[in-house]
Amino acid sequence: MSIFPYLVAAWLFIIGLYGVISSRNFVHISMCLAVVQSSTYVLLLAIGYKTGGVPPIFAGAQVGTPAVDPIVQALMLTDIVVEATVVALLLALAVQIQKAAGTVDPDKLLELQG
Amino acid sequence: MQSLVPLPVAIPLGVAAILAALNGHLPRRIADAASILATIAAGVITFDLMLLSRHAPIIYWFGGWTVRAGMAIGISFAIDPIGAGLATFACVLVLAAFVFSLHYFDSIGTMYHVLMLGFLAAMCGFCLTGDLFNLFVFFELMSAAAFALCGYKNEEESAQQGALNFAVTNTIGAFMVLIGIALLYSRTGALNMAQVGRALSNQMDATVIVAFVMLMCGFYVKAAAVPFHFWLADAHAVAPTPVCILFSGVMVELGVYAVARVYWAIMDGPFAAHRPALGGLLLTVGTITAVIGAIMCFGQRHIKRLLAFSTISHVGLLIIAFALLTPDGLAGGAIYTLGHGMVKAALFIVAGILLHRFGTVDEYQLHGRARRHRATAIVFFVAGLGLSGMPPFATFLGEHTIEHAAEIAHHSWVSIVFFFAGAVTAAAVFRVTARVFFGWGPKHDEFSGGGKHISEQRETHDAGHNIPAVMFIPAAVLVVLALAVGIMPHMDQQARVAAFTMADHAGYQARVLDGSKLPDATPEQEHTPMAASLARSFGATAAALAIAFLTLAPWYPRKNKVYTPIRSAMQVLRNFHTGHVGDYVAFLTFGVAAFGIVLGFLIQYLHV
Repeated sequence: MSIFPYLVAAWLFIIGLYGVISSRNFVHISMCLAVVQSSTYVLLLAIGYKTGGVPPIFAGAQVGTPAVDPIVQALMLTDIVVEATVVALLLALAVQIQKAAGTVDPDKLLELQG
Repeated sequence: MQSLVPLPVAIPLGVAAILAALNGHLPRRIADAASILATIAAGVITFDLMLLSRHAPIIYWFGGWTVRAGMAIGISFAIDPIGAGLATFACVLVLAAFVFSLHYFDSIGTMYHVLMLGFLAAMCGFCLTGDLFNLFVFFELMSAAAFALCGYKNEEESAQQGALNFAVTNTIGAFMVLIGIALLYSRTGALNMAQVGRALSNQMDATVIVAFVMLMCGFYVKAAAVPFHFWLADAHAVAPTPVCILFSGVMVELGVYAVARVYWAIMDGPFAAHRPALGGLLLTVGTITAVIGAIMCFGQRHIKRLLAFSTISHVGLLIIAFALLTPDGLAGGAIYTLGHGMVKAALFIVAGILLHRFGTVDEYQLHGRARRHRATAIVFFVAGLGLSGMPPFATFLGEHTIEHAAEIAHHSWVSIVFFFAGAVTAAAVFRVTARVFFGWGPKHDEFSGGGKHISEQRETHDAGHNIPAVMFIPAAVLVVLALAVGIMPHMDQQARVAAFTMADHAGYQARVLDGSKLPDATPEQEHTPMAASLARSFGATAAALAIAFLTLAPWYPRKNKVYTPIRSAMQVLRNFHTGHVGDYVAFLTFGVAAFGIVLGFLIQYLHV
């Protein structure tokens, strides 16, 4: 197992955070958050990967066949479901901000200062 | 008994699903009644579980997938008195919020109830679970419900912005928790906390440190530790009042609880030789949080935002309690959580009453307008006394227990932090009491003048001239409860027994994985001298009254050697709170990096 997927996961995490920090649009922020989240997918899959492993379906397979870890895949699926909710919610909030304030630029919303 | 275990999660979720399905076809009062009954049922069961788990943690395996040969196959709830107690407390506060909101949100349909019940189910599950990934799922369910509740007043631009800041920062926190869990899984091949703890035993390496830093920082985003705290003030300033009760009273405390749970179930072995490193770092974080929260609290004019910063300050005290890394500290923290949650909930309810009656929670606009409402004034003032840690409130008992634990751990200086946080946050509450309910002092002052006016959408129609009983009674009851917990006989001893159970990781692992019950590690009853704590807490209350008085006194000169530097320091701090989500995430990133580097460095060079 190479270190490469872990580097990709770290890169996605950092570049996604950079996107959130530097963004000037709430919709864009939601998408950057999805990039941060992709890093968790890559990390989980990398942890469960086995070189030469088969998909974890054991009906008819020989005992001792190496298989990739199904648990991390289940975790990843749960993660996707959870985060789909959150991104949908964020986009809904962005729509509401556009309606109320006429902008989705966080730089132009100044009510919560101090 | 076993069949009761899933109910605190299942009942609220089930009722929420039914209410969601019937949305729009159900009279409001039926939804109210169903929600309140579901909350009471969950509360009774969690209370029962707390009593039943006093002697040994209750382990429940979902679907009957029990341990095979020491391997956890299924997902477990592992219930001990502290977890079940926190779940009960969450039920109490949700009940108070439901009763308070009987007069609230006239036009909303039942989605509010659905979200509140989902929030409750998630909090109960979060407190009871014994599985790391399950912990993450409940964490996210709790967050998603909280984001939606926070932005409930969806015509207000600041409400949407506060909810968005809250959602973005907390979601990043949740990702960090997930990364920590993934790393622990890669290291141990397990997700059950007991099994992860046993697999790690006391091995320490870079993966374990990174995993713990990720978990801890992720949960401390929820707990609003400095520098992860920015979202909290925004979210509280804009969230509907009943939601604020839950945010401040129990949700942020659950962040501290989660770190304590993970530490004592999994990390105590690896960190056994590095306790001074971790403890020292967390004591620093807690102290900074307590001080910054208190100063920012005093500098607010928006009452809900003021109370929010006070919560940050008191969470700092809770982090200090955990940072002692002893069961005694944990016991004190548990009592303090109850005491603080109750008085803070009462304070928020009064803020909600003011919003209901006058359509604003701005301290200046309310100047002298609430003179008629004497009973409400008394509740607010007495809750302020509780906030300062005055005996016999539960906050005092908690602080005293923590101080005693700190003295044993040779950290007696934490009393100074308790004094400061109690005095300054209570002073802000007393200042608001005097100004709003008695009309004392100038209509404006420079101290809190920097805070801006935040427009506030009314949460109710038909304000009338009187305060509805369903709004006032929960506040009064919560204050009385805070007193009752404080004077309950043997409360501290019970909390210590519970804390020793939670901190006994060998016993926990044996109970979950082997089904055995180790001999009780019941602590000896000890007599703890109270004199120092009594002096400190009365001192804090007196100092709070004095500060509030001097702020309002017309003859007190506004330009002197004490006043001017504090004001400029406050302005510097305030400039960091920009309301800009990018800035918040930048601080968060910096905080995680700093945390990891400092902890790694301390572990390398600070050996026992």
